[in-house]
Amino acid sequence: MLLFFVTPFYALLSVAMGRLDPVFSSAEPVWNPIRWNPAIFPEVLGELFGGRLTAIFIRTFVYVGTASMLCLLIGYPVAYYLARHAGRWRGLLLGLIVAPFWINYLMRMMAWQNLLAVDGYVHRFLVFVNVLDAPRAWLVGHHETVILGLVYGYVPFLILPLYAALDQIDSSVLEAARDLGAGPVRTFLHVTLPLSKQGVLAGVVIIMLPLFGDYYTPNLLSGSPRTRMIGNEIDLFINSGVGGATGAALTVVLMALIAMLMAYYLFTVMGAARESQQ
Amino acid sequence: MINRFIRRWRDPWGQPRLLQLFVWGYIAWSLLPVLIAVQFGFNEGRSRSVWQGFSLRWYFTDPNLSVWNDGSLIAALKQSLKLAGLTMLVATPLGVALALGLARWRGRGSKPANFLLLLPMATPELVMGVSLLMVFIYLFPFIELGTWAQLIGHVTFTISYVVIVVRGRLFAIGRDYEEAAMDLGATPAQAVRMVLLPLMAAAIFASLMIAFAVSIDDFVISAFLSGGAESATIPVRLYSAARLAPTPALNALASILLFLTLLAVLAAALIMRRARARSGAGGSAVEEFARLS
Repeated sequence: MLLFFVTPFYALLSVAMGRLDPVFSSAEPVWNPIRWNPAIFPEVLGELFGGRLTAIFIRTFVYVGTASMLCLLIGYPVAYYLARHAGRWRGLLLGLIVAPFWINYLMRMMAWQNLLAVDGYVHRFLVFVNVLDAPRAWLVGHHETVILGLVYGYVPFLILPLYAALDQIDSSVLEAARDLGAGPVRTFLHVTLPLSKQGVLAGVVIIMLPLFGDYYTPNLLSGSPRTRMIGNEIDLFINSGVGGATGAALTVVLMALIAMLMAYYLFTVMGAARESQQ
Repeated sequence: MINRFIRRWRDPWGQPRLLQLFVWGYIAWSLLPVLIAVQFGFNEGRSRSVWQGFSLRWYFTDPNLSVWNDGSLIAALKQSLKLAGLTMLVATPLGVALALGLARWRGRGSKPANFLLLLPMATPELVMGVSLLMVFIYLFPFIELGTWAQLIGHVTFTISYVVIVVRGRLFAIGRDYEEAAMDLGATPAQAVRMVLLPLMAAAIFASLMIAFAVSIDDFVISAFLSGGAESATIPVRLYSAARLAPTPALNALASILLFLTLLAVLAAALIMRRARARSGAGGSAVEEFARLS
């Protein structure tokens, strides 16, 4: 019974994982792996490092890096409060923080389109308090807008693993630190922060994975070539009808990037596990 | 004044007011924009950024442009419901079976199987979408892009959620009931059908709801596997229309999607909580969902 149910999924998953291989050589698939022609990879890598796509490649890293750092800066205090101080409000707060998971991502981006429109609430507020003297077209080609969208979109995904990690810290350890004379700042820096390192890492990796594959956020909040990410290029290559092979190869490169990220994460987690066993 | 401040600072159990303010500020920042977007769905005028009074124009009354009367919008709603409904009906039984299999499978191969199952959740949707597109273009060209391809794509990633929900419940139930049934003469199949499945009813219902919610919320996979305008779901429509002179009808459509998703998730949360209360175990449904997401 077990094999009967599991096998199709093995097949399905292995097709799902191995499905890119046939298109390595060109948009015409070559089924025999011995006859694959990997020439497209040096070509694509050449474009990424010192070619047409370099700027986009670097921009992707800058966006992902900035967005994850901002997510961490916003998410850490929230997760910390939730784990340490929420008390009887914890259920409600957790519900409110989980809510964005179930609100469609595109709707959340659309909300910012509405707010940041030239006659939108944000502009009118900023003009009202005299920060701005005239509205600006924030929704066309602004890096800040795209990063705001990315942060807004992915913070909740970082908060939950972080919360789980912070929640597991035994509060008696913190009490011990305070009893030994450490102030709240020192307790945090020398006890809480190191103990939550795993959670921080897990959270950042969890948001970096989808961040690298994002293309809809820059498209919805900017739609200009100036703010394209790698995902946009893949989307364009695949959906333009030509360049299917290039798009597929770029996807493989993206997968390799993500696999490296995952490997690094698993490596550190296992290292930490080994350390704690000793 | 300063003394009081210092005392509060030194008190390890005190409420950090600043942090509290930050958290509520964060929650407002994360939810208010969406509420405002919902509000604009009820706008009287054409604008999505200036409030012009309340009306149901963009839901029903506008003869051409409302969700109800614009063919492309109502088609997206129907496609979303159809796809999510089918996905839920296909992914749940498969996921339940898979969870049963995995829970009873110790030994070689069980770890890689568990890992493979979680892989779709860790892969960026773009990679999944492109890969699935390649499968349907080159490997299985007899499956046309559109509803069927979308269904297969959705099943591959919703299954992981179903397995997680069901497996959690399976661990909570333990093996005792099943073994007792078999000691009393039931065959393994009977034990599963007459003892285990009724015990899992709540988890199965929750899985149905979650599969529905996850599927109806998906954008990337639906977009890559859609065969054209007629198989565009609500998120796909939101994306393609967002840059082309959108009206508040788009907000209305998004609000309908929001409502459907939240309804499904709330139903799942409530039934799980009731099941847990009956079996006497602690833990809140919300925390369960936090772990799930």
